[in-house]
Amino acid sequence: MWNELRSAGVIAALALCAGARAEDARRSGFDDMGPGTQAMQREDSSNPGMLSALEGESLWSAPAGPAQTSCASCHGEASASMKGVAARYPAFDTASQRPLDLAGRISQCRDQRQQAGPLPRESRELVALTTYVGLQSRGQPIAPPEDARLTPFRDAGKALYSQRMGQLNFSCAQCHDENAGGHLGAALIPQAHPTGYPLYRLEWQATGSLQRRLRNCMIGTRAEPFTYGGLEYIELELFLMQRAAGMAIETPAVRP
Amino acid sequence: MARALINVPAKAKRGEIIEIKTLMAHPMETGFRTGVDGKLVPRDIITQFVCTYNGEVVFSAELFPAITANPFLAFTTIATESGALVFSWTDNHGQTQVQTAPIHVE
Repeated sequence: MWNELRSAGVIAALALCAGARAEDARRSGFDDMGPGTQAMQREDSSNPGMLSALEGESLWSAPAGPAQTSCASCHGEASASMKGVAARYPAFDTASQRPLDLAGRISQCRDQRQQAGPLPRESRELVALTTYVGLQSRGQPIAPPEDARLTPFRDAGKALYSQRMGQLNFSCAQCHDENAGGHLGAALIPQAHPTGYPLYRLEWQATGSLQRRLRNCMIGTRAEPFTYGGLEYIELELFLMQRAAGMAIETPAVRP
Repeated sequence: MARALINVPAKAKRGEIIEIKTLMAHPMETGFRTGVDGKLVPRDIITQFVCTYNGEVVFSAELFPAITANPFLAFTTIATESGALVFSWTDNHGQTQVQTAPIHVE
């Protein structure tokens, strides 16, 4: 009797999950790319983003700075200590009183804790370390922190998302909300969920960050890109991660 | 040179056709592009890839400037004996990187 009740409960819960999935109209860029590119991402030995993750893995335990400490000296095994971390970023940094993205946190840690100087944005080392840390959260749902101090920044990101900019006078929302699923030339317009960053773009022939991708879009609308590491990018990332909350992390993803 | 990802089945049956996949981290700089200073970026490409199976060449390829960065090569061979697959990539400066993957044939 009890068992029957319990299995009925399980079935009801399963039906609820299926219902929730059917209602979720959000699509990762993965769902809409070609089968060849999907296969490339699915298998680690053919995913070129894994080359970056491998480099990050060796950097994780490479000593740096005057005390010759590595990430591993404090954080130990990344597979344990960094699990789920990428799903929670950007987070609020109390010391600087502003939100920090994952790359910013890594660079800050390197500068202030290891005292080895910050890693430049979009440098191979920083992208590699971010990819390696991001990989530890692969498959986990994006879970933006419920931190009230982040709210004003997230709202600013939301405003930026629908603000027209550049000579073409486009906002992010005009393509990625109103025309998602349509085409821009031959390229499909995705819904812009940042599920797989840092990711390997075939167009770049390299692994790059979300900021590089946003910069790419800004150049496309002939707007002047924000500077790397700028607060505007982090505000946008805060909003985009909230918009993609619950979707699975794919780092390192592959995109055309 | 840098790191490579190699996928060889750890076990195979004698006479079975096995697929081998290799992904090499390399910029494959063509030598035709200019840098920010307006000068040509020197060519830096892999020119040759060779795979030997217990000393015998089973696959080799010549690579040229139009090939993508991080070249991915997949090919098949027949599993004959247990032993080692040796992969070597040679660049246009004559430097060679070698990696080995074991295979167990039943």
